[in-house]
Amino acid sequence: MAYSEKVIDHYENPRNVGKMDSGDSHVGTGMVGAPACGDVMRLQIKVSDEGVIEDAKFKTYGCGSAIASSSLVTEWVKGMTLDQAADLKNAQIAEELALPPVKIHCSVLAEDAIKAAIDDYRNKNK
Amino acid sequence: MDISKNFFELFELVPGFDLNAQQLSERYRELQREYHPDRHAHKGERQQRLAVQATTHLNEAFETLKMPLMRAQYLLKLRGVETGEETRQQLPGDFLMQQMELRESLVEVGESDDPFAELERLEQQARQLETQEYSQFNAALAADDLETAVVAIRKLQFVNKLLHEIEAAEDRLDEEY
Repeated sequence: MAYSEKVIDHYENPRNVGKMDSGDSHVGTGMVGAPACGDVMRLQIKVSDEGVIEDAKFKTYGCGSAIASSSLVTEWVKGMTLDQAADLKNAQIAEELALPPVKIHCSVLAEDAIKAAIDDYRNKNK
Repeated sequence: MDISKNFFELFELVPGFDLNAQQLSERYRELQREYHPDRHAHKGERQQRLAVQATTHLNEAFETLKMPLMRAQYLLKLRGVETGEETRQQLPGDFLMQQMELRESLVEVGESDDPFAELERLEQQARQLETQEYSQFNAALAADDLETAVVAIRKLQFVNKLLHEIEAAEDRLDEEY
């Protein structure tokens, strides 16, 4: 299967790979996985007191599309408010990366990951 | 061949996760001989077609029952639960965390002083997880607790992938040394 140029770019030069301290109250961590392919994804955000995402990091063990989807999301959410980031839809990710139908679930995984990270942050800071 | 029979019936096995592997292979070979297309080559076109169909069915049945994960998924399918294609399922956070850590350790194997020992350790850990989840699955199925059985299958899909990756890493190491 041919990957789009954008997928290859993110796969070869993934942005924001890394890890944050999940114990930090400013950090929200989202862990998700897709049983069908066994992919695991961790996406973390660092949120300012004003509720703006200052930084984002990810680590994904999975196929190129899953890596590209999570890499793209970390780029996009920086500078967004939590509400804006929570509004991100997998269709936007899939469109930007030109994912074929069989790889749409990778963008779904990335959407679930950012939502899980936001939920984690909000639960911590209730 | 009666292709409406389920795979266990086909091999005259008691349906269940624990099965007699020897009986499975023996019955497979018997049926394979019986339905081998060469033995039906002199017969009419319809008979030949049926023999090919029977062989295909037989191979699928054997492959499914031979592999533990596929066998477990098939047992759930017989109870009306499909588990193969799930992509969007919540799994316990601690399980995912552990999977993440195991994969991180696998990537770092090359930097270790004794990569073979490190791989061995990882494989043991993964095998232990595998055994644990299969026994969870077995117990849940026996108790008709399909929900728990499905969770065990989902976890096993991750463990299975990890084991494949460990094997691939072993092959790469073997080539290097």
